[in-house]
Amino acid sequence: MANSWYRYASPASFHPVALRLAPVFALAAAILAIAGLYVGFVVAPTDATQGEAYRIIYVHVPTAWMAMFVYLVMAFWSALALGFNTRLSAMMAQALAPTGAIMAALALWTGAFWGRPTWGTYWAWDARMTSTLILLFLYFGVMALRGAIDDPRRADRACAILTLVGAVNVPIIYFSVRWWNTLHQGASVSLTAAPTMAKTMLAGMLLMTFAAWAWCIAAALWRVCAIVVERERGASWLAPDPALKGVT
Amino acid sequence: MKSRHRRFAWIIAGLVAIGVAVALVLNAFNSNLVFFYSPSQVLANEAPVGRPFRIGGMVEQGSLQREKDSLTVRFVVTDTAKAMTVVYTGLLPDLFKEGKGVVAQGTLGKDGVFRASEVLAKHDENYMPPEAAAAIEQAHKGGRMQSSGK
Repeated sequence: MANSWYRYASPASFHPVALRLAPVFALAAAILAIAGLYVGFVVAPTDATQGEAYRIIYVHVPTAWMAMFVYLVMAFWSALALGFNTRLSAMMAQALAPTGAIMAALALWTGAFWGRPTWGTYWAWDARMTSTLILLFLYFGVMALRGAIDDPRRADRACAILTLVGAVNVPIIYFSVRWWNTLHQGASVSLTAAPTMAKTMLAGMLLMTFAAWAWCIAAALWRVCAIVVERERGASWLAPDPALKGVT
Repeated sequence: MKSRHRRFAWIIAGLVAIGVAVALVLNAFNSNLVFFYSPSQVLANEAPVGRPFRIGGMVEQGSLQREKDSLTVRFVVTDTAKAMTVVYTGLLPDLFKEGKGVVAQGTLGKDGVFRASEVLAKHDENYMPPEAAAAIEQAHKGGRMQSSGK
């Protein structure tokens, strides 16, 4: 049983699987996003205090969650890459960084557009916002570090260490609104308490969350396929396959 | 111990060490990490002296006064235990309302009045349609009248 899973740690056997799974997740993301946007912008009622401005929640919250979650997944692959010295784990971590950076950037951007009409400011240096900005810079840092090192195996190790060091930021983001006084409000949805949102609003937000989740998986799988092809270009399994030549 | 196990042990030890270091740093800088102070904290002299800071809390019901022919407003910020008067000249954010959260940046005068240079509205984590909010308001009305009577 375990052996059959280890098989997919090899880029050669993982590549075709990833290439087949990516469009499935992309399609799921499209369907979920259409459903989520419909529920969020047509079905869900306006908010009593914030009016229509609250609807930014349908993009802001899913992207903010994914920005944190993608980083944790990246840290997980980095730990495996350092511990087992596997190439594919490092490639997965490499493939996730741009996706996470996009999510963090979207969360900050939509947050600014939400903050202006509700709080009265685009940006404030409160703990939640500052730590999310640091998360974005961590993604940029990991990507820049990889670009700065020519030898991919050395780059894998350096990026893995940086990713793991930065992982400490994720719980800080999550708990910042509880540990300190912040301008950002507390969590509406958490694992420990009932959500403080109307049911249709919550449904729309969860649909958008699953859409963001599926999109991140699809994007990461496609990117990891490209990385595999790029880094294994000399390998025997890749070169003589005429079908793959058409893809790349 | 296999070398792989040793590597994982190093990774875990490293993460724990970083976690402890960051926890100590955050603890040391605690006062710089709070975005605002509550009126109770300010009156207990926990707020920084000699530089601007922010106070946060609820705008007390019925405390908002607008000066005639100017943009100057006065209101009381309360954390239900202690309260503090704030004076501000400028436009208030749309969500600024009595009974709602507010964060004001400025300096504390010798007279105990906080002169704000910026006022931000702080909304809570509750999202509900207007009808539900009206129903809750209705249900609370009896209780609120009693409390405002004292």
